[in-house]
Amino acid sequence: MDDKIILHYEVSGDDFTRAGEASSDVKNKLKQMDVSPEAIRKVAIAMYEGEINMVIHANGGDITVEISPEEILMVLKDTGPGIPDVGLAMQEGYSTAKEEIRSLGFGAGMGLPNMKKYSDTMKIDTIVGVGTTITMTVAM
Amino acid sequence: MDKFYHSVRLQQDLCKGCINCIKRCPTSAIRVSNGKARITSKFCIDCGECIRICPHHAKVATYDHLDALKQYKYTVILPAPSLYAQFNNLDDTNIVLSALLMLGFDDVYEVSGAAELVSEESRNYIREHMDNWPYISTACPSVVRLIRVRFPNLLSHLLPVKPPVEVAAQLARKKAVKLTGYKPEEIGVFFLSPCPSKVTYSKTPLGVEKSEIDHVLAIKEIYPLMLPLMKEAQRSPKQLSISGKIGIGWGGSGGEASGLISDNYLAADGIENVIQVLEDLEDEKLPNLQFIELDACAGGCVGGVLTVENPYVAAVKLKKLRKYMPVSCNHLGDEPAENLYLTQDINYEPVFRLGNDLKSSILKMNQVERLCQKFPGLDCGSCGAPTCKALAEDIVRGEAKENDCIYLFRQDIHELSDEIAAITNSLLNGDGDGKAGIHMLQDYIHDFSSRMARLDPLTQKENEDDSTRPD
Repeated sequence: MDDKIILHYEVSGDDFTRAGEASSDVKNKLKQMDVSPEAIRKVAIAMYEGEINMVIHANGGDITVEISPEEILMVLKDTGPGIPDVGLAMQEGYSTAKEEIRSLGFGAGMGLPNMKKYSDTMKIDTIVGVGTTITMTVAM
Repeated sequence: MDKFYHSVRLQQDLCKGCINCIKRCPTSAIRVSNGKARITSKFCIDCGECIRICPHHAKVATYDHLDALKQYKYTVILPAPSLYAQFNNLDDTNIVLSALLMLGFDDVYEVSGAAELVSEESRNYIREHMDNWPYISTACPSVVRLIRVRFPNLLSHLLPVKPPVEVAAQLARKKAVKLTGYKPEEIGVFFLSPCPSKVTYSKTPLGVEKSEIDHVLAIKEIYPLMLPLMKEAQRSPKQLSISGKIGIGWGGSGGEASGLISDNYLAADGIENVIQVLEDLEDEKLPNLQFIELDACAGGCVGGVLTVENPYVAAVKLKKLRKYMPVSCNHLGDEPAENLYLTQDINYEPVFRLGNDLKSSILKMNQVERLCQKFPGLDCGSCGAPTCKALAEDIVRGEAKENDCIYLFRQDIHELSDEIAAITNSLLNGDGDGKAGIHMLQDYIHDFSSRMARLDPLTQKENEDDSTRPD
């Protein structure tokens, strides 16, 4: 039971000002543990981008984080519109965010590319009209 | 010297054990136990917030006094730029500088003069190191200390240029040695400071092995002595000023940044705002900036706890004073640029870690989570810790008990009184051995009163005085 830490977060889809609370909580917990600053940085950025994506595109969702001596596993699950073309979505600068979202400084098309860049492994399971589950790991 | 030396202390006899300071401390460094506050050395960053908030003036800053002048053959005073903002209708800094000489110093060297050299070299360095933008100012010692314990990923962004006061001390000593022929140690270099974190810096600097500052005086202590002398100096002030707009500007928030002559900067002041900016910077949420100026005090150095004027009024005074000054009066020339750089790395101090390795960290973090679920989550402070989470961490570190939570304690007392009632009932009904029952009741009542006694700090022996920490 105490060989890993399991954390659950519900990400609200209708409040932009709260986006980033979950990743910030994980970051601060990792800082209290014997985790390298580099791994903390990678988790904080990858998870923050994922959390923002859930708010912008999918009306929120659930995040589960598992911290074990080997790795940090992040599972971000939403029941949003799904990603029709994952290859396109992975391209830097490609974004389907609406104009009002962009005016807030989001939707620059760097979300998924940054998640890929800062995680050690990333898997996208998506079905259009059903939702998206993104699983990322960062090694300790 | 202790790597966690502090100038902010507790005056035990004045402390009433209220919870104002524990709530205000940005690093959760203070606990109240047995009716007295206690500062945990390794968490404290000497920002002075507890001094500002304490209604009983039990939190104090330690600093030096004018009697230290006697120790030296020759003395130099270094006034902080924020000093000028303390006086009404000041239009000539020479009046202030002349008054400082009348206090007994042999020479005066403006920190704002050295600040202009720091600004110039910072411009060069930042321009040449675009790949590592943004650079974070290293002028506020509390901010550097905060980053050292909480933001390991940002240490590489610290601007490796010495703070102006260090450069001023270095130049002042050099000038004095040249002028007098005395040995460097026979010269006393005094800094007139707006805040306690500079006292900490002078004793245990980060980034240089040893500071050139010998003593730190407080503006609030010297200010009343200066007023009558300034009246006298006003008639014919000596021409001592060596600085312009850029140097004097360092006294307020945004001053250092504007000295870089670029629009691509951010300046934040007030410790909570500083923390927010650092969090965002760490998550790469900030746009591409060249430079980030961070001041622990609201308003910048004019907001230091050792100043006398309201920081916002002081900012206006500084603005008026600077209006007709030349932009800058100091340029890198005689002083080699390499003397302006920090000579030591500033390393991460993971003081907030719960365990010594990953396995024990995971175990302890889970214990914290479970305790937090047990606590009411009111962050009432009655246990002496600022939040329920802080109490949970203290328990896991072995520094507190679950029953320190007044709500868990109350629940405990309820359960105990229910058990006493049950024994009393069974005695009345004549069940079992009457004498054994009475003994049991006696034990319970004894337990009950000893637990209640824990609520009253006066019945406990006085805690050891944390303010007697060794220097």
